[in-house]
Amino acid sequence: MNKKQSIRWLGLLPALAVFGLTLIYGCSSNQEFSSYGDAARKVYVAPGEYDEFYGFFSGGYNGQLSVYGLPSGRHIYTIPVFSQAPVNGYGYNEETKAMLQTSHGFVPWGDAHHPELSQTDGVPDGRYVFINENNTPRIAKIDLKKFQTTEILEIPNSAGNHASPFVTQNTEYISAATRFSIPIGSEKDVAIDSREETFNGTLSFIKLQDDGNMKLDFQILVPGFDYDLSHAGKGPSHGWSFFTSYNSEQAHTLLEINASKNDKDFIAAVNWKKAAEYAAQGKGTMIEGEYLRNYIDPETHIATTEHHSEVRMLDPRELPGMIYFLPTPKSPHGVDVSPDGELIAAGGKLSTVIPVHSFSKMIDAIENEAFEGEVGGIPVLKYDAILAGEVKDPGLGPLHTEFDGNGYAYTTAFITSEIVKWSLETFEVVDRIDTYYSPGHLMIPGGDSRKPEGKYLVALNKITKDRYLPTGPELFHSAQLIDISGDKMKLLLDFPTEGEPHYAQAIPAEKVMHDQVRYYRLEDNKHPYAARNESEAKVTREGNVVHINMTSIRSHFMPDNIEGIKVGDKVYIHVTNLEQDWDVPHGFAVKGANTSELLIMPGETRTLVWEPGKAGIFPFYCTDFCSALHQEMSGYIRVSPQESDVEIAYGTGQ
Amino acid sequence: MTKIVAFTFSMLSLTLLAGCGGAESGNKTGKTSSGKDNDTLTEFQLAHGIGPVTESIEIHTVNPELAQKGEGIFKTNCSACHKMGERYVGPALGDVLDKRSPAFVMNMILNPDGMVKKHPEARKMLAEFMTPMPNQNLNEEEARAIVEYLASVRQQQTK
Repeated sequence: MNKKQSIRWLGLLPALAVFGLTLIYGCSSNQEFSSYGDAARKVYVAPGEYDEFYGFFSGGYNGQLSVYGLPSGRHIYTIPVFSQAPVNGYGYNEETKAMLQTSHGFVPWGDAHHPELSQTDGVPDGRYVFINENNTPRIAKIDLKKFQTTEILEIPNSAGNHASPFVTQNTEYISAATRFSIPIGSEKDVAIDSREETFNGTLSFIKLQDDGNMKLDFQILVPGFDYDLSHAGKGPSHGWSFFTSYNSEQAHTLLEINASKNDKDFIAAVNWKKAAEYAAQGKGTMIEGEYLRNYIDPETHIATTEHHSEVRMLDPRELPGMIYFLPTPKSPHGVDVSPDGELIAAGGKLSTVIPVHSFSKMIDAIENEAFEGEVGGIPVLKYDAILAGEVKDPGLGPLHTEFDGNGYAYTTAFITSEIVKWSLETFEVVDRIDTYYSPGHLMIPGGDSRKPEGKYLVALNKITKDRYLPTGPELFHSAQLIDISGDKMKLLLDFPTEGEPHYAQAIPAEKVMHDQVRYYRLEDNKHPYAARNESEAKVTREGNVVHINMTSIRSHFMPDNIEGIKVGDKVYIHVTNLEQDWDVPHGFAVKGANTSELLIMPGETRTLVWEPGKAGIFPFYCTDFCSALHQEMSGYIRVSPQESDVEIAYGTGQ
Repeated sequence: MTKIVAFTFSMLSLTLLAGCGGAESGNKTGKTSSGKDNDTLTEFQLAHGIGPVTESIEIHTVNPELAQKGEGIFKTNCSACHKMGERYVGPALGDVLDKRSPAFVMNMILNPDGMVKKHPEARKMLAEFMTPMPNQNLNEEEARAIVEYLASVRQQQTK
């Protein structure tokens, strides 16, 4: 090659470089070129179009519930539930503070694990989503007309509210169980090493009443194991609920060794219809148990707290036929019931197989008294008498199973980072796919119901490592969307999620999107400090307490000049949003306030408490960009020294 | 020759790049951008506004009951921005019916977003006042009552 030629060939280099880069980066490396084009098409939701499913992903240690569109993986909302949320003032403003009250006082944070959609006839119905708080045992109810937490019920005689909340086929009951056994009853100050003698678990059954409110109906006293997860039966097994347990050794220290000794632990099969009958007959004992129920009043939008001090406890030693133990290898975690209600799959996290129990065999075994013994007054059924089959080679650390409605189950294998698909007829593994990395739960829309939508599966991974651009030591958790519509599972999409989504559920958008509240009608606003129009705006002093009833509309507050506030005053600023249209919230913040802003939905009233500690002029303003003149939406409050004689005066445009 | 090779490589690369995106773009929601062409408005729309009110409305004698109802609705939904005798956030309304027809006022109340996008008079007002008229989600009956109230205000002023 002469010099001239090599220069000419050098001219090719940019093109070659682009070609090479395209091969390397244009499409990812570990699958076929064309399949990513297919995957992109399957998850692409064009601008202006909607996703097919709402996905509700728990926030884990952020205490909230995240909403994602599927299949796009777009994060479309976060619902504040168990943690204060400065983004809209939930848990900070006077109206919602009470939602976070517990028998332990105000708890500003929670650990949210398992979203559970309400069901009718065993199918998610789009009315509510429930979610548990693990640390300070509570269950929240979220109204899907508003995407707002409207009720939180504390659970007494419980610790580690992990096996929770799981609904029965028609949401008759929402169940919950104790991951950590504790002393139940009046004698609570005991030695920790007396655990075997003094600790118990409880299974709680919460009734969803006709008015939509939750009521703790009864609890069942159970041996002091660690109850881990649950699912209710459906179809033929409707009327029963199943709870896994581990630590049947009842170890109280170094559980990772001491709670892994027994070959088998138990699934507790609970005949909740029988238990509910006992409760309705007044059986069992009312025992002490302090708990709170917080709910949002639908007219004032103000949270109210109801105090309770006792609960009905049913003891299986006195009330037979309520509960049976199904021996299950080995420290089982998830327990999942097939869409037809017959098969009960357990994820034995230290087991080398997935044991699958048969509901009909279980009923036969109970009738034939095929018992191998009794624990704490609870008959233990014979393993061989109830087993439908074992899934061999399911990967290491099987945790959770969901179903596609087409005869297959899908189980996460935590240790080997994969999802295995197995047949409900042959119990043979028919396909497997890697996930990135270490999946806990998985989710198929409706995948724990009678009618799964077997199109997509989401793997909820515990380890992220190298999946996204690195963000220092802390990383969002990864989720992967997998196509399960064909024989082979196909990875479609990888998306980051907020907090730690332990579990998620999804529902066809059609069931939720058409009945959304867009704003609140001013004439229905029954808040005691609402200013429903500007002529109702006022400032009133009662001693050192000042109430400011303020209005907001694009783009001014009424009043926007306030004088006569003094150091040492406790100032309640009640802001009513006079807008009557969708997506026009106004915000409110005042300099130096020791709390979050307010975000006020159209037609609603929200209250910020401010105790100014210094004299001076304090600007306030709208925090939510609302109009072309949003920057003008502001005002001043004059704070005078305590001993001053400045009179209350206020107005706008004067 | 080299140029042809280079061109071929470049095109191939572009094809590959484009191929990765895969999905077609396109908006199937059928939303249209704001039409700014006055030609598309009918004479009725130019005179009486764009919205659910498609027939002209005459107010000869004020119905005091309806006007009273309108006053209440006005107070809650409109008074934060409109005064009768002076410009406020929006224009003064004491004499609005001298300038606009009742149907125009109703369409402005019921379809403010459509009006400021498409109607030349409403567009002019937005440019002058800068704050868009909010949609207060009133129904036709309520808007009609407000107009009756505005007519009663004008009547009192001219007395």
